[in-house]
Amino acid sequence: MSHAKPLGGSIFTPAFMLCLVLFVIGMYFLGVRFMDGMGAVANINGGFPWGIWVVYDVVIGTALACGGYALAITIYVFNKGQYHPLMRAALLASLLGYALGGVGAFIDMGRYWQFYNLLLPWHMNFNAVMLEVGLCVTTYILVLVIEFAPAFLERIGAHGVLKILNKMLFIFIALGILLPTMHQSSLGSFLIAMGYKVAPLWQTVHFQPLLALLTALTMGFSIVIFEASASQVAFDLPDETSLLSKIGKIIVGLLLVYLVVRFGEIILNGKVGYIFAGDKNSLLFLLETLLFIFPVVALLSQKMRQNPRVLLWAAVSMLFAGSLYRFNAFLFTYDPGPGYSYFPSVGEVMVTVGIVAFEIMAYMVMVKMLPVLHKEAHA
Amino acid sequence: MDRRTFLKTAGAGVAGAACISTVADARPNLEPAPEAVGMLYDSTLCVGCKACVTACKEVNDMTPVDRGDGHIYDSALDLSGDTLNVIKVYSDGTAAVKDSEENGFAFEKRSCMHCVDPGCVSVCPVTAMRRDPLTGIVTHHPDACIGCRTCMVGCPYNVPQFEYDNAFGRIHKCQMCNQEGLERINKGGMTACAEVCPTGATLFGPRSMLMEEAKRRMELKSGDNYNFPRGDISKPESYHEKELEADYQNHIWGEKEAGGTNVLHISAIPFDKLGMPPLEDRSYASVSEGVQHTLYKYMALPAAAMAGLTYVVKRNKDNHDGEE
Repeated sequence: MSHAKPLGGSIFTPAFMLCLVLFVIGMYFLGVRFMDGMGAVANINGGFPWGIWVVYDVVIGTALACGGYALAITIYVFNKGQYHPLMRAALLASLLGYALGGVGAFIDMGRYWQFYNLLLPWHMNFNAVMLEVGLCVTTYILVLVIEFAPAFLERIGAHGVLKILNKMLFIFIALGILLPTMHQSSLGSFLIAMGYKVAPLWQTVHFQPLLALLTALTMGFSIVIFEASASQVAFDLPDETSLLSKIGKIIVGLLLVYLVVRFGEIILNGKVGYIFAGDKNSLLFLLETLLFIFPVVALLSQKMRQNPRVLLWAAVSMLFAGSLYRFNAFLFTYDPGPGYSYFPSVGEVMVTVGIVAFEIMAYMVMVKMLPVLHKEAHA
Repeated sequence: MDRRTFLKTAGAGVAGAACISTVADARPNLEPAPEAVGMLYDSTLCVGCKACVTACKEVNDMTPVDRGDGHIYDSALDLSGDTLNVIKVYSDGTAAVKDSEENGFAFEKRSCMHCVDPGCVSVCPVTAMRRDPLTGIVTHHPDACIGCRTCMVGCPYNVPQFEYDNAFGRIHKCQMCNQEGLERINKGGMTACAEVCPTGATLFGPRSMLMEEAKRRMELKSGDNYNFPRGDISKPESYHEKELEADYQNHIWGEKEAGGTNVLHISAIPFDKLGMPPLEDRSYASVSEGVQHTLYKYMALPAAAMAGLTYVVKRNKDNHDGEE
């Protein structure tokens, strides 16, 4: 039994109402998309078939939802039980992030009414990265529902079911570590088949799965810091800095591995020239690298790691770094050849904003109604 | 202890990802289908009449594109949900001389190249893109397609196109006029674009015969006379003799590019000038599948990781629950 408690309080806060307005606007444009086709809302075209609905909602959105994955590894693989108080909030954010990633993938599907073909064995193509991602993400969403179910069962007082679930939960926790390892690395593998369309600084072929996995993990740990800090301010919760500073240390370690692989690949394949080319791609690469290096420098010393403000800024920098890395690879430097360009339309952006707004609303409501966060300081 | 267990078991996933580079060359490029059919497009013969664009639309029942700029015929600029075949123009400087890189112009046909090792087939999660095992024709099957458009990002030539202006749209691509209901090739015919081409710039036939023909033309010099066939190279409708005005580039596009294509192109100016992509010999499909199958062969790596994870998680969870 956890020590988490529902926060209670009013649901219809100003922040909630703002999110609701954004959500309604997003739903309007989504309606247009389903009535008149994707071209009526989105600026995707023959050369850029994947816009922000894929690249933000799915590729970046699910990486930002890796908090539950990252914490599960820490708690259950590295046996750090002291992180338990952060787990439920991270799981909730992961569940919402992945569920809406799934929604994003669905609304972006040009022939969504046939989506079930993905689940029919006689249609499956086991060579396709998209099959792995589709099946794996779908399964992981179900696993997240089961992992988060205890919060709901505690609330309704279903102690019998809770006890049975708790006995079997280890299988789902293990799956909840395996599945993101698989599909988060596969998100990187997408880039391999795109070949020359991906700019040389981002086309690392064999290292794509590893880089995608490392950034997903660091983004997962960073989102845990970010959410804990934000909840602390928003809901007046006890200080978790001592726990978060240890997460900061993990982030530094992972980022160092990432930087060695990333720059090692660039140097060994003789691509250093692209970094200093002075064009759009080189500027984006430098900005991305600065955002990756800032958390390493900021969190290197023990003293700095214990400063909650430094921790938060480092986490935010890392979240931007990981997001920009994916945006750069999939969109900003993506070049399908002459004659094609892409910039998202207002409607396209509003659909994504609406989805994120829904995610925030659902989070705010669930922490008030379900035992997710810890009100009193833990031991 | 925990760290060691982790490294032994669950960590195999990450370790596997790290060492892919050594084992990922699992499969070579696919070989051409046994009775591969294709087309040979000779840019130097093309006069830019766009009869092939119109015929393609008629046969495939597609709406002409009207840009409203006074053109009386189809004015599609590029491939789209309404256009499977388009003729593009290269021009430089004064554009006075045909097939000259400087101050000249040249035509280029854009339609499905029917790759020998097609990226679209490799990346499609639901097998909606298929390579015919006999003819090598790359076909699309909307009844399977979920509209994820990975085929579009996975095609080096941006060939598959989605109907963005249709709420219930589908992917369109050239299927060599052999799709269900049309089946011109199965019935012993040829593609509409090759049939109507007045100069034989688009020539239909078995890939092997087209390749030999392309190689013969590579040997020619400007000033030479050559008898160009029209229609189907295995049974040409007619020939016309023509003096070569420009030297061919010594390059048959589609012989090797990304594993080769069944539609071959030859030209007097370099292919990058004609908008062809920068491709190496290795197909992206073979590399991508190599990585995927290294990680997921028999699901052995995930299964081993799952076994290790289940063990470690159970032990640690029992410990934590005991402490509470």
